[in-house]
Amino acid sequence: MSEFKCKDPVALNLWYAISALEEVRQGQIVRSMLLEEPIAYTRDDSGQVRCWAGGDKDSRALPVQERYGYFWTTLGKPTSEIFPIPEHAEADRRNIHAATVGVNVSAPRMVENFLDMGHFPYVHTDILGAEPHTEVKEYFVEVSKERDEILATNCLFWQPMAAAASDGGADVEYVYRVPHPFCSVLYKSSPLDETRMDVIAIFIQPYNQEQVRVHMMLCLLDEENTDTQIRLFQQTIFGQDKPILENQHPKRLPLDPRAETPIRADKSAIAYRRWLSDKGITYGVIPSAA
Amino acid sequence: MTTDLQRNWYPIASSTDLPKRHVYQAQLLGREFAVWRADDGYVNVWENRCLHRGVRLSIGINDGRELKCQYHGWRYANRTAGCTYIPAHPADAPARTICNNTYPAQEAYGLVWAGEEATGDVPALDGFDDLTALRPIPLIAPMNMVAEALLEYKWDESCKGARNDEGSVTVTASDGTAVRVFVQPLDSNHSVMRGIYNRAVSEDDRVALLKRHSWLMQELRDRIEAQAATQDAPEPYHPVIAKVSEDLVDIPAISEDGRTADLRVTVTRKEMTAESIVSLRMEPIKGTLPTFQPGAHIDVHLQNGLVRQYSLTNGPGETDHFTIGVKREPDSRGGSVSIHDNLQQGDNLAISAPRNNFPLRRDSVHTIFVAGGIGVTPLIAMARALNAQGLSFEFHYFVQSDDHVAFKREIGEFEGALSIHTGLSPDATGAKLAEILSSPDNSRHVYICGPGPMLEATREIASEKGWSDDAVHFEYFKNTTELDDSSSFDIDLARSAMTLNVPAGKSILDVLRENGINMSSSCEQGACGTCRCGVIEGEVAHQDVYLSDTEKAEGKSIMTCVSRANSDRLILDI
Repeated sequence: MSEFKCKDPVALNLWYAISALEEVRQGQIVRSMLLEEPIAYTRDDSGQVRCWAGGDKDSRALPVQERYGYFWTTLGKPTSEIFPIPEHAEADRRNIHAATVGVNVSAPRMVENFLDMGHFPYVHTDILGAEPHTEVKEYFVEVSKERDEILATNCLFWQPMAAAASDGGADVEYVYRVPHPFCSVLYKSSPLDETRMDVIAIFIQPYNQEQVRVHMMLCLLDEENTDTQIRLFQQTIFGQDKPILENQHPKRLPLDPRAETPIRADKSAIAYRRWLSDKGITYGVIPSAA
Repeated sequence: MTTDLQRNWYPIASSTDLPKRHVYQAQLLGREFAVWRADDGYVNVWENRCLHRGVRLSIGINDGRELKCQYHGWRYANRTAGCTYIPAHPADAPARTICNNTYPAQEAYGLVWAGEEATGDVPALDGFDDLTALRPIPLIAPMNMVAEALLEYKWDESCKGARNDEGSVTVTASDGTAVRVFVQPLDSNHSVMRGIYNRAVSEDDRVALLKRHSWLMQELRDRIEAQAATQDAPEPYHPVIAKVSEDLVDIPAISEDGRTADLRVTVTRKEMTAESIVSLRMEPIKGTLPTFQPGAHIDVHLQNGLVRQYSLTNGPGETDHFTIGVKREPDSRGGSVSIHDNLQQGDNLAISAPRNNFPLRRDSVHTIFVAGGIGVTPLIAMARALNAQGLSFEFHYFVQSDDHVAFKREIGEFEGALSIHTGLSPDATGAKLAEILSSPDNSRHVYICGPGPMLEATREIASEKGWSDDAVHFEYFKNTTELDDSSSFDIDLARSAMTLNVPAGKSILDVLRENGINMSSSCEQGACGTCRCGVIEGEVAHQDVYLSDTEKAEGKSIMTCVSRANSDRLILDI
């Protein structure tokens, strides 16, 4: 693996989403970056997505998989398939590519922000939270052994306007999954159908250890709003998180428990930091000294 | 190892960089600071990083009293930088060890000065009768190269430069005008020239003077930067950010000190605030006072050996002093009488750090305060905190007569939220309370403090009206329960793997201390909640007035100073 700038074998052997399929066009070569390696991609005459490492078309071809409306690639040899999101295949859901946003932060800081409820009243004021409803109630976190993913359940938070389809405040239930060190999927109560949940996923493409592109995918039950309205709602939320994330210091996630101060509300983040430590991830983190 | 760089004072901002309610981002030796002025004028220089998730505090909100982090709303107090509130857990008092790093700061000559470990005073401006702070000029060059080049700074041909001991440069012209330039090392290869001119100038001439020096220094900057560009840039500084306290790694723990009086204060003001109520303002003899939260109390160790608990009435950000109110109780054992009759302004006292066993939730849609007599003190601190945050509350104060209304200035801040109920009979008080508590609601909370009978009555009325125990918070001044200490039983200490016998005549707290186990305590009569301990197994004979009825029925905690066992054995979580 020494040919790569990234020296973390775990990170090299993961699948990464690179672009929404609808944005990969014939006759157009797009240059991008993955783990500090330049990559490029296009759609060939037969309609297949092609991706390769390096700048030139005759450099090394990279494997391509199409999942959840994006194409995924890897620099190494993945030991597992891309994680499942069964809701994406449900016929009555709308699968939408909401946004791809560049953020000057490490991938794990981005994941922690996605798992966090305590910031809703302060960062997403009057949308996902509002003072004085600031309490993060007890919830459950487990690391599923057979699926090797983190699962946080029974997360309840009072929200004034949980989704584009909401018409008022409600206690909203969330479930969070972290099935990939740099991807996360959340499920939240649907404002339209109380027996089912909307799905929002982020797939992070690390440019380097402190800069990422985040692809955001939705599988919603919303039948009223246009794609544009739904995208605008999610982009507003993301736009509120971005300046906070870019003002975190250090940008890499410190895994030393004494670097920052966890509280009970951070249970899922504590589990995530341990899980990264156990996996031996070194990319985008500051490993614990001991 | 401390270096001269760390020991020196450097200017890090102009005073004009700190307008009201602003937070300024400064940098020194590679370390970022959040610099903010509280409404009382104090300039805070802190590590630019929230302890929770590392977000810059320079993007936080300065509310004039506290700095609030943008990410999760954690609040940090003026002066102490201690965390006063964590909104995600509104029922908990933050651990005292959650305290940001602060740096020595002074304001002089129109500049804000700081140093990583600076002591003493900032450099004196010898020979400067008056002064005008010039515009700062940032540049990409190491500090020493900038100081060398400044020797050649000229605004007329007669100018001569000389290096001062602490590294700054003074340039003097033949007409006696002089400029002293301090170089702020932002990092190893980035500096700021901050000049001071030795004359006061009229407002009309000021801009011309600033422009002229700004122009000349920019010319100098261009020359220095060109020179610096020919050399290899020095390695940037790597400031070490201190790790958080070890006890914060898991869930913040309660502090472990016993009934100690580790603070020394001077009584700087003693005045009658109402009929038979004296207020005491206490300031530290040296250093600063620790962070307090609304609802907190301190132990006051009196000259006659007695120890008494008093609630702080301070509002948020009032961190340079503590204020308490003391009612003269001629029938008691002499604590309050000693304060009223013997304590003088200027006397020194030993007090404990503040403890908060009566935390204030701020996630309530509306908060109702019910104060009786001197019980008003903790509720004043609480209501002032809500008032400062613009949260909804009402404040009911029951007193004998107008002459008994204490802390008029402080409660005057509550304006329309304040209702004073004067001279009501017990029945009329009950009727008024029934009216105040007529509409229970899950999103509202009630805080009560006052004499025992009134407190009992209020709790009873709240319960009748349908308020849940969780929403009704109270604090007794003292425990009037007749204590029974005739039983004998064993305690197993789960975490210390010890079994001890508690004989008749001794409390659990006594036995723990005799066996070398450190346990915090304060009132030692079952009223304040400091010696609370978890119960894993066994039936508790509660004799305190701190726990609510629901908490007593659950049996999961015990006040070790007064309560005992109904069973042969208790397993305690120590």
